[in-house]
Amino acid sequence: MEDVFSNFDLVLKAFWLTVQLAFLSGVAAMLLGTLLAAMRVGPVAVLRGVASTYVTLVRNTPLLVMCVFVFVASPNLGLFVDTPFLLKGTIAISLYTAPFVAEAIRSGINAVPVGQAEAARAIGMTFAQNMRHVVLPQAFRATVPPLASTLIAMTKNTSVVAVFGLTEATARMRDFVNDNADDTIAIFLVFALGYIILVELISLAALGLERHWKAAR
Amino acid sequence: MSGSVLFDAPGPRTVARHRLYTVLTVLGVLAALVGLVFFLDSEGELAYAKWEQFVTPKYVEVILVDGLLKTLQMAFTSIIFAVVFGVIFGVGKLSDHRPVRWACALVVEFFRAVPVLLLMVFIFFTWGVGGGFGPYWSVVLALTLYNGSVLAEVFRAGVLAVPKGQSEAAYAIGMRKTQVMTLVLLPQAVKIMLPAIISQCVVALKDTSLGYYIIAPGLTYIGKAMWTEFPGTHLQTAIVLALLYISVNLVLTFIATWIQKRFVGERKQLEVGMTALTAPTSTTP
Repeated sequence: MEDVFSNFDLVLKAFWLTVQLAFLSGVAAMLLGTLLAAMRVGPVAVLRGVASTYVTLVRNTPLLVMCVFVFVASPNLGLFVDTPFLLKGTIAISLYTAPFVAEAIRSGINAVPVGQAEAARAIGMTFAQNMRHVVLPQAFRATVPPLASTLIAMTKNTSVVAVFGLTEATARMRDFVNDNADDTIAIFLVFALGYIILVELISLAALGLERHWKAAR
Repeated sequence: MSGSVLFDAPGPRTVARHRLYTVLTVLGVLAALVGLVFFLDSEGELAYAKWEQFVTPKYVEVILVDGLLKTLQMAFTSIIFAVVFGVIFGVGKLSDHRPVRWACALVVEFFRAVPVLLLMVFIFFTWGVGGGFGPYWSVVLALTLYNGSVLAEVFRAGVLAVPKGQSEAAYAIGMRKTQVMTLVLLPQAVKIMLPAIISQCVVALKDTSLGYYIIAPGLTYIGKAMWTEFPGTHLQTAIVLALLYISVNLVLTFIATWIQKRFVGERKQLEVGMTALTAPTSTTP
C-alpha cells in the first residue's frame, strides 16, 4: 500500500491518460455515431444499408479484436506506424463505440413525438432541415440517458488498450499488483474508486443536463 | 414508399436525387472495396500462403476446439453463475429489509462501475497466479461478477414488470413473501427476462476476449499463437477471429429476438442503465 501512496503521481498520471482517452474517443465516437444514426434514419436505402452493416459488424466484434486490427495488424500494412499510442487507442475505441452511440441516438430520434416531424414536414421542411431544426435538438435531449450509459461503458472500455501498451489506469494497477502480491485488495480498491469517480461524474453530468433541458422545455 | 414520417413519399425530382445519392454511394463503396483489395494485394496480404493455415484441418481444429469452444465454455459458465448471482442480488435489492437492500445495491453498483478488465487483472493476481485457480477461472469469476450485477438489475426490472395485481392476488389468497416471489413473480419475470439474459451472453462472449491480458485460453489466445507461429499473418488472424465472434453473436442475437417474439410478444426488451442514475439502454457496449 505504501508503494501506491509513495508513487501516487503515477496513479494520477495513469488516470489522466484514461481521462484523455475517454474524452478524445468520446468526441470522435459522438461525431461518427451521429453520422451513422443520420444515415440509418435517412431516405437513401443504400446509405441505410452501409450504416447498418457497419453497426452489425462492429457491435458483434470484441473491442480487443478491434484493437488487434489497429495496434497489431495495421503496422504490418505500413499503416499507423508512427502514430502515437494515444491516437491509436482513440481510433480503436471510437470506431468501436460509434455504433452504440448511433443506436442511442436512433432510440432518441424514435422517442421524438411523431407529430413534431409531421408538423415540420407539413410546413415544407426538407429531410435535412427537419433533422437539423426539429428532430435532432429534441432527440439529443431524449438521448442523454442512453448516451450517458454508452459513454460510461466507453470510459470503462478504455481499460482494454492497456493490453496494447498504453499505461493507463488498468495497466498501472497490473504493475502495482504484480509488485505487491500481498496487498492486491487495497490496490484494487484504490483504482476501482478512481473508475467509480469517473463513472459517477458522467452520471451526474447526464443527470444535470437532463434536468437543465427539462426545465427549458 | 417508406413508412418514415421524417420525409414524404418522394416526388420525381427527389427520386432522381436519391437515385444519384444511391449511385454515388454504391460507387464510393465499390471504389473503397476495390481500393482495399488492391492495397491488400500490393502488400501481399491476399497471398494464399498467408491464409493457408485457416483451411488446414489441423489448425482449423485448434481454432475451433481450443479457441471457439473454450471461449463459449467460459462465456456460458460465467453466464450460468451470473444468473444465480443476479437472482440472489436482484431479489436482495427488492428485500423489505433496508440493510439487505443497501448491501445488495452496493455490491451491484460496485461491480457495474468497475471495468471488467481491472476486475480480471485483480482476481488473477490475487487468487489466480501460482497455486491459485489459474487464468480460466479468473476470467469466469470476473465475468460472473460483472454480468451478474447487470443481470441483478435485469431481474429487479423483470420482477417489477410483472403486473401488481399478480402479487396482490397471491397475498390475498394467503401466500407468504417467499411464496409470492418464488411461485408467482419469478416464473413470470423469467419469461420477460430471457431475451435480456441471452443478449447478456453476447456481452460475456465479447468480454472473454479480454482473457488475452492474463493469458487465459480462448479465441484471442489461439489468435496470438497463430500469428506467432505464422509471422506476418496478424491481419488474416484478426479477420478470422472477428468473423467467428460475429457469427456466434449473430446466432445469439437471432435466438434472443426469436424468444422475444415467441414468448414475450410486443413488449420491449428489458433494459438497464450503466449506473443507478442513468436510464435504460439496450446498447451497452
